[in-house]
Amino acid sequence: MAELISENPAEALASGDVQFRFRDDELVSDPAVTVDAFVGQSNAVAVRIEPGDDARELLPHLDRIALVEVNFPAYTDGRGYSAARILREAGYAGELRAVGDVLIDQLSHMKRCGFDAFAPDAPLNEDDAKAAFDRWPHVYQSAADDRTPIWNLRHER
Amino acid sequence: MYKYDQYDQAMVDARVEEFRDQCRRRMEGHLTEDQFKPLRLMNGLYLQLHAYMLRVAVPYGTLNGQQMDALADIADKYDRGYGHFTTRQNIQYNWIKLEDAGDILADLAKVEMHAIQTSGNCIRNISADHFAGAAADELVDPRPYAELMRQWSSFHPEFTYLPRKFKICVIGADKDRAAMKLHDIGIQIVKNDEGELGAQFYVGGGMGRTPMIAPMIREFVPLDQLITYAEACLRVYNRYGRRDNKYKARIKILVHELGKEEYTRQVEEEFQHMLDQGIEPPFAELERIRPYFADPAFETGLSDDIDRSDPDFALWVDTNTHAHKAPGYVSAVISLKPVGGIPGDATAEQMHLMADLAREYSFDECRVMHTQNIVLPHVKKADLYALWQKLEAAGLGTANLDQIGDIIACPGLDYCSLANARSIPVAQKIAQRFEEKGQSNTLGELKLKISGCINACGHHHAGHIGILGVDKKGKENYQLLLGGSEGEDTSLAKITGPGFDEDGIVDAVEKATEVYLNEKQEGERFLDTYRRVGMAPFKEALYG
Repeated sequence: MAELISENPAEALASGDVQFRFRDDELVSDPAVTVDAFVGQSNAVAVRIEPGDDARELLPHLDRIALVEVNFPAYTDGRGYSAARILREAGYAGELRAVGDVLIDQLSHMKRCGFDAFAPDAPLNEDDAKAAFDRWPHVYQSAADDRTPIWNLRHER
Repeated sequence: MYKYDQYDQAMVDARVEEFRDQCRRRMEGHLTEDQFKPLRLMNGLYLQLHAYMLRVAVPYGTLNGQQMDALADIADKYDRGYGHFTTRQNIQYNWIKLEDAGDILADLAKVEMHAIQTSGNCIRNISADHFAGAAADELVDPRPYAELMRQWSSFHPEFTYLPRKFKICVIGADKDRAAMKLHDIGIQIVKNDEGELGAQFYVGGGMGRTPMIAPMIREFVPLDQLITYAEACLRVYNRYGRRDNKYKARIKILVHELGKEEYTRQVEEEFQHMLDQGIEPPFAELERIRPYFADPAFETGLSDDIDRSDPDFALWVDTNTHAHKAPGYVSAVISLKPVGGIPGDATAEQMHLMADLAREYSFDECRVMHTQNIVLPHVKKADLYALWQKLEAAGLGTANLDQIGDIIACPGLDYCSLANARSIPVAQKIAQRFEEKGQSNTLGELKLKISGCINACGHHHAGHIGILGVDKKGKENYQLLLGGSEGEDTSLAKITGPGFDEDGIVDAVEKATEVYLNEKQEGERFLDTYRRVGMAPFKEALYG
C-alpha cells in the first residue's frame, strides 16, 4: 500500500476535503451520487454509500467505479466498516473514501477495513492521525489490508 | 493456563499507550466528552454515581496467583481496598480516579491482563464454564476455543462499533454452568458421529429488558471454520441489527424479528462467501494454544476418602465442592457471599489469601464464577480440611454454594447510575432472614438473583427466584419472579404479580419457600416443585 499522503495542512482544508490518502493515483473529484442513482444511470463514476445502503448492490458495477465514498453520519455507526470490507472482498481496487464524522481513533480500523482515503468533516491534527495510523505493531485478524495476522506470523517457517 | 508471547504483550502494551494518548487529547480538549466516552468504555471505564468504575477482563474467568495478587494490589493502591467480582467473570473497582486509569492499565499489562473491551458496543470478554478442564462430566476444555476467540475479537476492525454490546460464551459439557444460551453467541463444543470436535452455535440469547433464550442455528461448525462462522454471525448483525433504538439493538431482537430461519440463512450465505476470504486462523494456532490448557501434573493413586468428623467441614464439603475428573481431586468453591456481606466483593487481603491458596493447593490456578464466587479448580481431597480451615479463618468459608444465601446481585442504586432500586441491602436482608431461620440447607439448591433495574445485570430472569427492583412513583419497589433457570434446562422466570417494598419482598421470598417446603416431593428442588405445581399456589400464598 502506498505511503500516507497528507493532501494539505489541516488549517488549509475545508470540511469534507480529503485530508489523508494512501494512493498515488489522481484524486477523483467527480461528485458522488447515491447508490440508487448510481445503479440506475450509466455515466457516473463516483458513488456514496449511506449506512442503510447495501454495498452488494454495487458489485455488478465495480468495473465502472473510480470512487466509493462511505458516509459516517455518526462515528458510532459501524455499518460502513462492513460495507468497505464487502467491496474489497469483491475485488474493488478503486478509491474507498471515509467521509463524515471521521475521527482520530477510528482511522486505523477504517484503514484495516479497506479505506484508503479520509475526508473528515472536521480536519484532524496531523501528528495525532499519523500516530493513530501507526498505532498497532501487529494485528490479530485478517481484514481488507495487507497486514499479516499474528497467528500467521507465529506459524511461519 | 495461557501465557502471552511477544505479540500478545506488544498488543496490550500498545493499547495502554493508545489509552494514555486518548486521555491526553481529552485533557487538552481535542476530544469532546461525547467522543471520549466510547473510547474509555472500551477500556473498561464507566462513570458511575459517585466515581469512575474500572472493569478488568478475566478471560474465560481464569487467573493465576500472580494475577490475583495484582488485582489485590490495585484494590489497595487505587481503590478502597476491595474489588467486586462480576457475573461475567470479571472484576470491577468502584472508586477509581480517571487520572490513575492509565497507570492501572500499565500495572495490569505487567501480569498479562487488561481492561480491553470490557464495555462498549463491541465484542466483550469471552466467558466459559468455571469448572473447565476440571469437571468430571466435561467432553473437552472449552478454553482453547475461548482463547482463540479472544484473539480474534480483540481490536476487531469491523466490529468495534456494533449496534450494541456483544457477549460470547463457550462451554464444553452438556451441563451448562455458564448461562450459555443467555448470550449473544453461545457455543458448545461437541463431538459428531465421526468423533470429530466442532462448535454448536446458539445465537440471539440475552437478558435485559427482553429476555430471550438463544436458538441453535448450526449444530456443528468444524473447528477449522469456527472463526469464519463467528465472523459471518457478526457481520449480519453489524449490517442489519437495529440502531434506531438502543433497547432493540441487541442481536436477540434481530434474530427474533427476522426469525431464526431467515437469520440463519443470511449467516450461511455470508459464511459461504467468507470461506474464500482467508479469515480462518491456521489450524496450528489452535494446536499451539491447546497445550496451555493441558492437565496439570495430577498425582495418581490418591484416596477419595474425606474425614468428615468435623460437621461444619462436612457441610462445606457437601455444598461447596464439585466432582473432578481426576481421582482424589475436587474443585472447591470459595463463597464470596458471607451472610450480611456484599455479593461478589472481596478485600485485598482476601484476594492475596486466595492467590496463596491457589498456589499452595490448586496448581496456581483459580477461576471467577459467573455466580460471583471463586473456584480453586484442582484441590486434593486430602488437602481439603486444611484449605477449609484457612478459608474459615478469613471469612471465606461460607457453605452456601447454589443455596438461598448464594445470591447474585447487581451493584444497584448504591453504585450504578442506571439502577432504579438498591440490590445489595435486599440481598443482605434475605441472607440474614434465612440464616436466622437456619433453613438454608433444608431448602437445598435455590438460585436467587436480584437486579436493580430492567437491564437485568443481576440475572433475575434466570433465578429460581428472581427479584427486579423498579421505581414506583419515586419509591423503590421489588417484583418477584419464579421459575427461571440458566442451566441445561434454561427457562425464563415469570412475575408473580404486584411488587413489594423492601421488607415486603423479604417476606415474599420467605412465603415462596414455605410453599415449596409444603408442596415438595421427594428429591425435588424448588425449581422442580415450581415447574410441577405451577404459579397458582405461590400466588395464593403471596396475594391470597
